Order: sequence, then structure tokens, then C-alpha cells
Amino acid sequence: MSHENEFKSLVWGAVLLLLAACVPLVANGYWMSIALTIAMFTVLATSWSLFSGPTHYISLATAAFFGVGGYLVGTGMSDYNMDFWTMVAIAPVVGAVLAFLIGIATLRLSGVYFVIFTLGLAEMIRTMVSWIQNNFTGSRGLYVLTDLTEADIYIYLVILAAVVYLAGWWINRSRLGFALRIIGNDETVARHVGINTATSKVILFTFSGFVAALVGALIAPRYTYIEPNGVFSPELSFIVVIMALLGGTGRLWGPIVGVIPFALLQEYINANYSSYSTLVMGIAFLVIVYFLPRGVVGRIEQLLAKRGRSTW
Amino acid sequence: MLKRLFKAAAIATSASFLAVAAQAADVIKIGQVAPKSGPLAGGAAVTQWPNVELWSKQVNAAGGLNVGGKKMMVEIIEYDDKTNPGEHIKAAQRLAEVDKVDFIIAPYGTGFNLAAAPIYAKYNYPHIGVSAISDKMPELTARYDNLFFTLGNTTSFTDSVIDILKDMRDAGTIGNRVAMGNVADAFGIELAEAARPKIKEAGFDIVYDKSYPLGTPDLSPIIKGAKDSNPDAFVAWSYPPDTFGLTEQAIIQDLNVKMYYTAVATCFPAFKGKFGSKIEGVFGAGGVNQESSKIQEYFKAHKEITGKEADGWASANTYVSMQILGQAIEGAGTLDRKTVTQYIKDNTFDTIMGPISFENQISNKYWTVGQWQDGKFRGVKSSQMDGAAPIVAKDGWN
Repeated sequence: MSHENEFKSLVWGAVLLLLAACVPLVANGYWMSIALTIAMFTVLATSWSLFSGPTHYISLATAAFFGVGGYLVGTGMSDYNMDFWTMVAIAPVVGAVLAFLIGIATLRLSGVYFVIFTLGLAEMIRTMVSWIQNNFTGSRGLYVLTDLTEADIYIYLVILAAVVYLAGWWINRSRLGFALRIIGNDETVARHVGINTATSKVILFTFSGFVAALVGALIAPRYTYIEPNGVFSPELSFIVVIMALLGGTGRLWGPIVGVIPFALLQEYINANYSSYSTLVMGIAFLVIVYFLPRGVVGRIEQLLAKRGRSTW
Repeated sequence: MLKRLFKAAAIATSASFLAVAAQAADVIKIGQVAPKSGPLAGGAAVTQWPNVELWSKQVNAAGGLNVGGKKMMVEIIEYDDKTNPGEHIKAAQRLAEVDKVDFIIAPYGTGFNLAAAPIYAKYNYPHIGVSAISDKMPELTARYDNLFFTLGNTTSFTDSVIDILKDMRDAGTIGNRVAMGNVADAFGIELAEAARPKIKEAGFDIVYDKSYPLGTPDLSPIIKGAKDSNPDAFVAWSYPPDTFGLTEQAIIQDLNVKMYYTAVATCFPAFKGKFGSKIEGVFGAGGVNQESSKIQEYFKAHKEITGKEADGWASANTYVSMQILGQAIEGAGTLDRKTVTQYIKDNTFDTIMGPISFENQISNKYWTVGQWQDGKFRGVKSSQMDGAAPIVAKDGWN
């Protein structure tokens, strides 16, 4: 990537960001709630692919960190009378520490073992939260009563998205990003050329845990009432993975071109085929995998290549 | 040629728009978002959806609602929230902004009622919550002046169970030994926490006290532990799957207590369907006045129109919430939502559960404990309801 191109993509990013920030000015409540969903998944899918994209480690732990964020805000505000913003500051740190510990313990696993471990993680944390509630804090229902509107939360998430993009852009240029790409291509080679593979992976995994917990915390006021079963739903992890793969994880902007069409498709199906939405969704998956095996990004690049322009 | 085609198309479209508009004027659109899939779908299929069907069919069979002298049919627009709060919020927004429904029926489940409350408040929809039990009701109604509660609060449910324990001890049926279990999930923990100190305060010994995670497939250790503690009464703050699981084990292991209580779903027709006469004397959350002619009529219509049996608790309350909405629209004589909300606050409604009115947006008329007696789930403890049946002691699992 030349410097000129890099500059161009930053300008593009800034323009898109400004456009995204204008959405609350024009959208009604309905489109606002779709935009909020898109913003939430954009942040989650992008931070997911910062780690999973280059390393090819498929993590299904998003729901675990997201849930920790939402749950901490709920329990902090309901059980300990904490301020919302204090909890928003605490939650991602807890998410990051948790991701760090898990990273140290598990990133030496690879392939399918890692996938299965992360899948179990959200369930394990959900059960632990229930156990803590049952034995120590008790449960009086976790209320998150704030005056934040969907538009407010949306703006926070857009800002967070911008931060994640910048972080991703910086990581891609850094030695860390280079190391991760080598790990993704061949971990043994990476080790042999002297890359500390464990450290590199743990740093990125911690970052994605931090971001997911922060998203869970920021979005909590939207739900008003937090239930561990809701915030730790494993479905969330799968949707994040599917959205990121639909977009393509090879590029920083890949996930977002997956998130937007997917969220709109999901909305269309839920609105029009409410009773069969799971069925129609399944068919949509098959079609996506069949026609877009390398994601939307792969398709775009393929088309561009045909027109004689090589890369962006 | 092309031009003519366009013209024809334009005329056709505008004609169809006119037709839609004309039709829309005579219809009251009512939205409902509730689970058809996910963990809460089973409960909603018993308590929520059949009542939506029943009420709308009955209203339309009677020619619709009388709105200021004009008869208007009701049309239900329904969405599946997949037991997912994010989906629920989007669907609620869709109802308000895209479908532009005139009114809504409250969601199913405490979390969903609260997640949707800010949206329905923003659009001034009267929101008559049923399947929402909270101890924060005064704070919530102060926040949302369109939100109503009708099914009671946590404290009243535990207090009623303790009243039964006391009644039975005073009658000499049971002693002081209480075994307790709870599902380690939101509502189960909340009830157990509230009950524990109060049971002790009432002079009972909690001889066994164990929780289990939601979804535990084998509940035999809980019943075995309870049985070994030799209790006079067994109380479980349970959810639908474990209400069934615990009772099954109680039958297998012959848990010999004079007082047996499981919480949610004990009142479901499927509970009787599964255990038949063995559940005679079992207590559970909820209740209904089986002797009331209005309730009997409602049960009959429920079975005839939806093909399903109503449950012995919130089915009736859910239907009542729609009766209140319908009567308020007719009484206010308008589709203006603020006027209808005010009408609900100011008036008393004639429902299948008797006259219902709201005090600070909360109705204090509801059942708290019911008991299976002669194959029917009868209300035995309540807040301000008439027709409570006398309590009977459990006499084995036959």
C-alpha cells in the first residue's frame, strides 16, 4: 500500500464517519434502531476480525465479553448504586483483564480446540454470574435506567468504531500486525523467525475483549433490564462471525460491508417473514456461502481485477 | 405505447392506494411483539398468543370496536422477537414507525416489557403490562406515564406462600420443617432471596436450601436431599422446565409432604396433562377463580376459538389487558393515544376478573397462589380477589 493510497483511505474513512454521524439528524426512530444495530455489530465485527482475520483463530467468545460489559453495568447500577459512566469505565477493563487471562491460558491451543473453548466460555461465564448472584449478591432484577436515547448510544458507538478503525490501521502498519499475518500464514515459521507468537496473539485478543465489553456496557441502557441469559446469548458470537466473514476479513473495512447488508437483510426477513425468519435466514446463509465464498470484499476485488485494476 | 403503459400503471397504483386508504380508515391496527421462537416461546404459546387471537376474533365477530359512533374492526400486526431484546426493540420501532399501528399489546416477559417501555412511551402508546413482575413498579410508572402493571410484584408472591405455610401450621397440618429449592436464575433467585428471611421470621426451620442452574436435566438430587431432610413442606422457586422436573422426581421418590409448591408453570394445562391426578393438592404461582361464570365462559371460548386450553393464571390477566384496551378505546371514543391512556387511568373496567381500576398505574387485583384441586387449578391466595378456594393438604402422589 503506497502512502498516497493510505492517505486516500483515511480521507474516505473520515468522510464515511461524518456521514454516519449525521444519521440521527435524518433517521426516524425505526431507522435509528437499525442504524444502532449496524453500529453495534460494526464495532464488534471489526474488533473481532482484527484478531481473527490475520491469525485465522475463530473466536466465539464475543458474547462472553459483551455479556460481561452489559452485566457489570446492570449489577453496578442496580446492586451498588454506581453511576452509569463509572461502570462504562470499569466494564471494558474487566473485559480486557478477562481476555488477557483467557488468552494466556488458551492461545497456545489452536484450530478447532480454540474454537470449542471460546464457544464454551460465554456459557461458563453466564453460569458463573448466576452462581455469584445466587450465593452472594442476590438478584433483584438488573435495571439500567438512564436518559440516554438510541441516538446518543449510536453516536458513542460510531466514535468507538472510529477508534477501533484507527487502532486497526495502526496495528496493520506496525510490527505487531506484520507478526500476526505471519502467524496466520504459518505459526511454526513465525516462531522460528523469532516472533513471540503468544504475546502477539494475547495483545490482540485482549484488545477485542476490551472493545466487546465496552460495546456491551454502552448498549445496556437500550435494554433497560439486563438478564444474564440475554446478554450472554451465544447467538451473538455466531452473528458477529458470520457478518465478518460475509464482508471479508482480509481488509479493515471488510466487516462493515458485511454488517450493513446482513443487518438490512435480517430486518427485511423479520419484517416480512416473521414466522419463518429462522428458515429464511438459513436459506440466506446458504446463498451467501455459495455465491460469496470470499465475502463481499473478495467479490469486489474480483470484479475490480476483471476491469484491469489490481488492488486498492 | 410505453407512455400509455406507464399511465395505466400510475392509475392502477393510485387506485390501489385509495383502496388501501379507504380500508385503513375502518380498521384499528394493533401491534404485538412477542416470542414465537427462543426460550420464552413455549410460555408465550400458552399465555400470550392464544389470547391475542381470541380477543381480536371476538371483537371482530361482534362487528368491531365502537369508536365515537363508528364501528371499526381490529387488525393485529404481529412480530416474533425471538426472545431477543435487540430484535424486540427493532420490531417495536417497526410497529410505531413503519406499520404506524394505532395501539399495541404489551410484550411477554419482564425484560421485554421494560426494553420496549421507552419506545412505547415515546409514541404515547398505552402499555398495559401483564407478564412483567417487578419490585420497581412505582419507579417505572413514575418514569413512563403510559405504563401499567397488572400481575403483581415479587413480594406479594413470596408473602402469600408464607401465609399458606402459617395457615397450615396453625391448622396442625404441618410442623416447622421447610425444605426449599430455587432455580439459579433471575426470578428464582429474587423470590428465594425475598422468602428466606421471612420464612425464618415466621418461626419455620429451613431444613434444606439448595439451588440448581437453569436447564439442569436431572433434578433427582434436589428431591433426594429434600426428602432426606425430612420436611413438612417443600417450596421451590422454579421455572417451567424445572417445575416439571422437580415434580416428576417428587412422584418417583414419593416425597411425602403435606405442602408442595413449585412456582412458574404449575398452572399450565400441560402440567396436568403430564401428571394427571397425581398433582392433586400441589400449589403453584398464580390462580384463577374457577367458580366465576365469566371465567368459565372465557375458558370455553378460549378452547373453542384457539383450540387450546388457557392456563390457570396469566392467561386471564392477558385477556383482561386487552379487554381494558378495547373498553378504553370505546370509552374515550377516539384513537388518540393520550386520551385513551388518560381514560385507562381514570376509569374502572368491567373484565372477566371483575372490575379493575388502576392506582398510580398499578392494578392491585391479582392471584398469587393457586392449588390443583379436583383437576382444576384454583386460586387460594390473592391480592384483593374474590372467590379464593379453601386450602387442602397434599395427601400423597396418587
